[in-house]
Amino acid sequence: MKTIYFNKFYKSFNILSGILIIASLVFLVFKGLNFGVDFKGGTLIELRTDTSSANITKIRDSFNQMNLGDVSVKNFGNETDFVVKFEKQNSNDPQFIEEIKTILSNSIGTVDFRRVENVGPKVSAELLRSGVIAIALSLAAMLLYIWIRFEWQFSLGAILALFHDVIITLGVFSVFSLEINLSIVAAVLTIVGYSMNDTVVIFDRVRENLRKYADVKIFELTNISINETLSRTIITSVTTLLALLSIFIFGGEILKGFSLAMILGVIFGTYSSIYIANPVLVSLKVSQRTIVKEEKE
Amino acid sequence: MLYFSKLRVFSVLIFTLIISYFTISNFTKVDDEFFSKNIKLGLDLQGGSYLLLEIDNEPVITQRLQSKVLEFKKFFKDKNIKVRNFVIEDKSIIFDVENSKIEEVKSLLDDDESEINPYFQQYKSHQFNIENMDTSFKLEFSDYGLVLLKNSSLDQAIEIVRRRVDEVGTNEPNILKRGNDRILVELPGLDDPGRIKSLLGKTANLTFQFISSSSEESFGTEKLSFEDGTSEAIVSKRIVLSGDNLMDAKPTMNNQTNETVVSFSLDRVGAKKFGKATSNGVGKRLAIVLDGKIISAPEVREPIIGGNGQISGNFTFQSATDLALLLRSGALPAPLNIIEERTVGPDLGKDSINAGIMSLIIGFILVVAFMFYKYRFFGLIANLALISNLFLLVGILTLFEATLTLPGIAGIILTVGMAVDANVLIFERIKEELKNENNSIVAFDSGYTKSRTTILDANITTLIAAVILFFMGSGPIKGFSITLGVGILTTLFSVYFIARLITAYYVIKNKHKEKLI
Repeated sequence: MKTIYFNKFYKSFNILSGILIIASLVFLVFKGLNFGVDFKGGTLIELRTDTSSANITKIRDSFNQMNLGDVSVKNFGNETDFVVKFEKQNSNDPQFIEEIKTILSNSIGTVDFRRVENVGPKVSAELLRSGVIAIALSLAAMLLYIWIRFEWQFSLGAILALFHDVIITLGVFSVFSLEINLSIVAAVLTIVGYSMNDTVVIFDRVRENLRKYADVKIFELTNISINETLSRTIITSVTTLLALLSIFIFGGEILKGFSLAMILGVIFGTYSSIYIANPVLVSLKVSQRTIVKEEKE
Repeated sequence: MLYFSKLRVFSVLIFTLIISYFTISNFTKVDDEFFSKNIKLGLDLQGGSYLLLEIDNEPVITQRLQSKVLEFKKFFKDKNIKVRNFVIEDKSIIFDVENSKIEEVKSLLDDDESEINPYFQQYKSHQFNIENMDTSFKLEFSDYGLVLLKNSSLDQAIEIVRRRVDEVGTNEPNILKRGNDRILVELPGLDDPGRIKSLLGKTANLTFQFISSSSEESFGTEKLSFEDGTSEAIVSKRIVLSGDNLMDAKPTMNNQTNETVVSFSLDRVGAKKFGKATSNGVGKRLAIVLDGKIISAPEVREPIIGGNGQISGNFTFQSATDLALLLRSGALPAPLNIIEERTVGPDLGKDSINAGIMSLIIGFILVVAFMFYKYRFFGLIANLALISNLFLLVGILTLFEATLTLPGIAGIILTVGMAVDANVLIFERIKEELKNENNSIVAFDSGYTKSRTTILDANITTLIAAVILFFMGSGPIKGFSITLGVGILTTLFSVYFIARLITAYYVIKNKHKEKLI
C-alpha cells in the first residue's frame, strides 16, 4: 500500500486543533451548555397530538398561559409529536400534570402524554455532580492505566488527545445548543474509552517500531506506525460509525443526541490519535532510549 | 495460538450453546422457571413510573427531641437531680442543672455505659453530643445518632409505602432504599401515577379532636381549616384518639343519607377511649382531622361504644376508597416529598423497542456486509464470531436477569460496531506477517500472538469506562454500561475462542494455499 505522509501535516492540523479547542472553550464559557431537565431541574413532557392543526406556536401559547416559567417547545421526530420543557417542577402535587393536560386539551384538542420527566433541584444538582465526577474519574482511570502500560511521554500524548476529543465534542454541543442529558454523559465516557483505544493501538505499534528501527527518527517512525495500523483504524471507525449511524437514523428521537455525540467522538477520536497523540511524541523527542531506559529500570 | 485440544473445543461449544439457549428462551415458551427466562425490560421500554421520594425528617427530629425531653425529666427525677428550663431550640435540647450536680450529670451523659445517652462502640459515638457551659447543658444529635434516627424512620416509611402501593395493586412494584432518607419506587406498566402520588404524598395522620367552645382549654387550642378550604374552626389540642388505634377501614354506603362514607373499626384500647370520650362529649362536635385539615366535624348524638364508626365528608367513592386505604396502611413517620419522577407511556416504550430492534438489525447487516466485503472468507469468520457474540451477550443478560433499557440496546449496537475491531487487528497483523513468512501456520500464529497485548489494551480502556458508568450512572444509563461491559467480555471470548478455532481449522487444512487472507 502507498505510504501517506501524515507527518507533513502535523503542524497545520495542530494549529487547526488549537483553534477548535480555543473556540470550543470560548463557547463553553460564554454560551455554556444547554442542560436538559436531568441537570437543570424542571419538567419535560413528550406529547402526541391527534390533529395536525396543533403547531409549536399554539402549544407554546397555551403553556405560556399556565405560569410554568420558561417554556420551550420543540418538534420531536414527526409532525404530531412535541417535547415541551419548562422550569416549574411540582411533582408533589399529584394533580399538576393532570391539570396541564386538561388545559391543553381544551385549547388544542386531544393530547397524549407519552413521557413525563420531573426532576427537582436537589436531584438535578446531584446528577450533574455525579456526571462530572464520572467523567473526571474515567479520565483519571485512563491516565493511570496508560501510565502503568507506557512511558510518560505516551501518557501525555494520549491524555491530550482525550481532552481534545471531549472538549471539542462538548464545544459542538454548545455551538448548536444541543441538549446535554444523562445519556450524553454516557456517550462522553464511551468516547473517552474509544479515543483511548484508538490511540493505544497506534502507540503499541510506535513502541514496537522503536525497538525494531534504531536509526529512524521519531518523526518518520510515527508516520510508519500510523500507516501500518491505518487499515485497522479505518475499518474499525467505519464499522463503529455504521452501527452509530444506524442508531442515529433508526433508533428513535430519544437516542439522537446520544448517537450524535458518539459519532462526533469517534471522528474526533480517530483524528486525534493521529494528529494529537503522535505529534506529542515527536515534540517530546521520544527515541529508542526512552523505552530502553524504562525497561532497564 | 492455533492449537486447540479436543477438550477445549468441546467446552467452548458447550458453553456457547448453553448461553445462546438463553437468548432463544426470550422468544419461546417453556414450562420451567429457569429455562423460560426472559430479559427484563427497563421502565423506558415497557412503560411505567419511576418515583424518587425523600423523607422530610425535620418533624421526626423534633418529635424525637420532645420525647427525649420527657425521658430526661423522668431519668433525672429518679436520680434526684434537679434540672429545669428545658427548651428545644435549633434541633438541640437545652437545660440547666443545679450547681452541685454538674459533674454528676456530665458523667451520666458521657459514660460509655450511659443509660440515657447510649454509646455505640463500633462508631465511637454517643447518641447525643454534649456541650456544657456552667450550669447549662446543650445536647445535639451526633452524626451517628442522626443516621440511626433517619434509618429507623426510613424503615418505617418504606413499610408504609409498600403497603400503600400493594393495596393499589400494580404489578410487580419495586421499592428500594436509597441512601438514608430516600425511597425509590418503580411501577412498571403504570402510565398515570397521579393516584399513587396522591396516596404517597399524604402522611395520613388521623386524629379525633373536639371542636372547642371556649378558647380557654387546659390543653390549649389550635385553629384548623376544613379540607375543602371553606371555613375554619377552633379545635382542642387534646387528641381523643389517633389513627394508631384503627384496625380496619373501608368505604361503605350510608343507607340513611345515601352518602359514601368510610367505616372504621377500632382496637380494644381505641374502642374504650373512644367510648369514654363520646360519652362525656354528647352534644359537642368531634372534628376528624387528617394531616392538619378537618375532614368533617359531626355532632356527637350518642356515645359510640362498640368501637365502630363512620367518617363522612362529601366523599366520592374513589376518595372514600383512597382514605380507607390510607387509614388501613397507617401513617408515615414523616412527610414524603417526590423529588424526581419519570413516567413513560406504554406506546412510547413499544415504539422505543421497535426503533431499537430496527437499528440493531440494520447496524448489524451493515457491519456484516462491510466485513464480508473487506475480508471475504475471513470476513465470514469474523461475522460468525459477531453473531455468536450477540447470542452470548443477550444470553448472559437474560441469564443474570439484567434490565435492558433503550441506552442498553444502543450499547448492544455499539458492541456490534466495535467488536469486529479485535478480529480486524488480528487479520491485519496476519497480513503483515505473511509478507515476510512463507509458512502460513507460523504467520497466523504470530499474528495472533503479536496483536494480543494491543487488543487487551484496547478493550480494557473501554471496560474502564463501562465500569465507572455502572457505578456512577442511574437507571437507563446503568443499562448501557452493563451491555457495553458484558459486550466487551463476550467479544473477547468470541474472538479468541470461536473465531480462532475456525481460523485454526481452516489454516491447518489449507496451509499450502497461496494468499490465504
